[in-house]
Amino acid sequence: MSPAVEPITGRAWVFGDSLNTDAMYPAHAMKLDLAEAAKHVFYQVRPGWTDLVQPGDIVVAGKNFGVGSSRPVANLFQHLGVAALIAEEFNSLFLRNAINAGLPALTVPGATTFFSDGDTATLDVTTGRYANESTGVEERTAPLPDLVLDIIGNGGVLPMLARAGYLPEAVAGLLLNGAVTISATSAA
Amino acid sequence: MGMTMIEKLLARKAALPLVQAGDTVVVDVDMCVLIDLQFATTWVQPLKIADPDRVTVVMDHAVPAPSLKDATGGTHARAFVKAFGIERFYDVGRHGICHEVIAENGLARPGEVLACTDSHTCAAGAYNTAARGLGPVEMYAILCTGSTWFQVAPTVRYELTGRLPEHVSGKDVFLHIAATWGDATNQNLEYGGPGLASVPMNDRRTIATQGAEVSADFSTFGVDDVLRSFLAERGVTGFEAADADDDATYLDVRAVDLDDLEPYVARPGTVSKNGVPVSQIERRRLDQAFIGSCANGQLEDLRIAAEILDGRQVAPGVRLLVTPASQQVYREAMRAGYLQSLADAGAVVTNSTCGACFGYHMGVLGPGEVCLTSSTRNFTGRMGSTEAEIFMASPATVAASAVAGYITDPRSLT
Ligand code: SF4
Repeated sequence: MSPAVEPITGRAWVFGDSLNTDAMYPAHAMKLDLAEAAKHVFYQVRPGWTDLVQPGDIVVAGKNFGVGSSRPVANLFQHLGVAALIAEEFNSLFLRNAINAGLPALTVPGATTFFSDGDTATLDVTTGRYANESTGVEERTAPLPDLVLDIIGNGGVLPMLARAGYLPEAVAGLLLNGAVTISATSAA
Repeated sequence: MGMTMIEKLLARKAALPLVQAGDTVVVDVDMCVLIDLQFATTWVQPLKIADPDRVTVVMDHAVPAPSLKDATGGTHARAFVKAFGIERFYDVGRHGICHEVIAENGLARPGEVLACTDSHTCAAGAYNTAARGLGPVEMYAILCTGSTWFQVAPTVRYELTGRLPEHVSGKDVFLHIAATWGDATNQNLEYGGPGLASVPMNDRRTIATQGAEVSADFSTFGVDDVLRSFLAERGVTGFEAADADDDATYLDVRAVDLDDLEPYVARPGTVSKNGVPVSQIERRRLDQAFIGSCANGQLEDLRIAAEILDGRQVAPGVRLLVTPASQQVYREAMRAGYLQSLADAGAVVTNSTCGACFGYHMGVLGPGEVCLTSSTRNFTGRMGSTEAEIFMASPATVAASAVAGYITDPRSLT
């Protein structure tokens, strides 16, 4: 069984509806390494945001969050230190990318009115409890399924694959944060 | 209790008697398709994989390599297929956009599960396949373990009646649906009804492909005679179709009368609740027109464009780019004379690649430019500058508009 996923508390950054993957990971950023690419998250909807976001912060979005490509946007959020995602509605591919990267993500109805920019947000994906510490209001929604909690608790699928002997353990963590690209032959 | 097509398919693959919206299922993946980008970002060759016979590698998004990063990805891909004896490897020269390669080679089979690193993998739903685009990390996991999980979403069924009118195609059907009903986030789409028989396979694939644009999970078509003969031509046999039960539960059933459809155009930004019949679009001058992509770079799309452009000229000030969806489409279109007609009209016929569709390595738009595209996605910044505007329409509408110089009805030219 996986380690439990602990509740997360952090500063909320609140965004709108239908934020697509091109708005977070534009094609021209795909030519860059992860650190440089991460500077493009929300580059058109909120220029300069990547300089303001701090490790432990939480991104809150509206409906249809992450519609678009399979490009690994979750890795960019992790690189920026974002601790969790909350949205009123997630595109399922985008949600899976977050889960598989080990980034907790919770669907919270009405999230963009429940939280305001700068509020302190808490979420517990294991119980579905979420709270706005700044207003003192807490609510509950559906928790994540066990199978999904297991992946997040393990830090994403790559560490799980390493543990199961599918890839070298030493590189799983590094791969996750994009710190390394191992050439095919040297890893074989 | 009845099941929709996708519920039936997933139930069978998960060995469960009943699967319904809200369930989480674990299924074996019948075909795992990796694209070049998978190897160009953070790639580590796995120590072992589930089954080399269920793996396909396609070089498509950035070929021939436009950068050192992409070249290195190619090196990784070639070493990987060699190490594991992957026979289905579509390297540069045999390449094509993954969804076209999947279709041409009969890799998507009715009643089976297919996963691929590109978000438009729902394209293969045209072949009654449970096909999803998944992120590189998840594809890596499927490559290793051979299985994955899905949370089953509720299904919306589109019931088609009538016949597709001339100069109206699958793109118009989809743009009409997207304009009328908008997003389908966390929903599956299912297409059927008596009108389906008049919708050819290329149009079905366009419609299935674009499900990603309304944020849907799976898009699925049933197995009929049109699909059966398509599959027979590609040597696909011995499959078990996933049909919907008569008493299946749908989130909604929506009627689309094909007889009434006209060519549609989506305005820039999204296709969702953002399209109008071409007769209602304002007169927009074009800088670029693009016919291509996995959705609309098929042989039939090129035929339609070539017929419109034959003996005509692209308007001054317009750049018309045409990208065949695969090397095979390229060769067939050349043999049929389509490429000659297109080039004679002033079009730039490019190598088969994703290129212009995702603004990566060619056909990039500058600030203030206006593009009419038949590709899949019209997000702000998708094809280059965030200050460019991307309208979307069918290959017929794009071809006619390239001649006129502004967005125009293809029926006005014929
Ligand atoms: S043509 Fe466009 S939509 Fe299709 S696979 Fe390539 S990038 Fe994706």
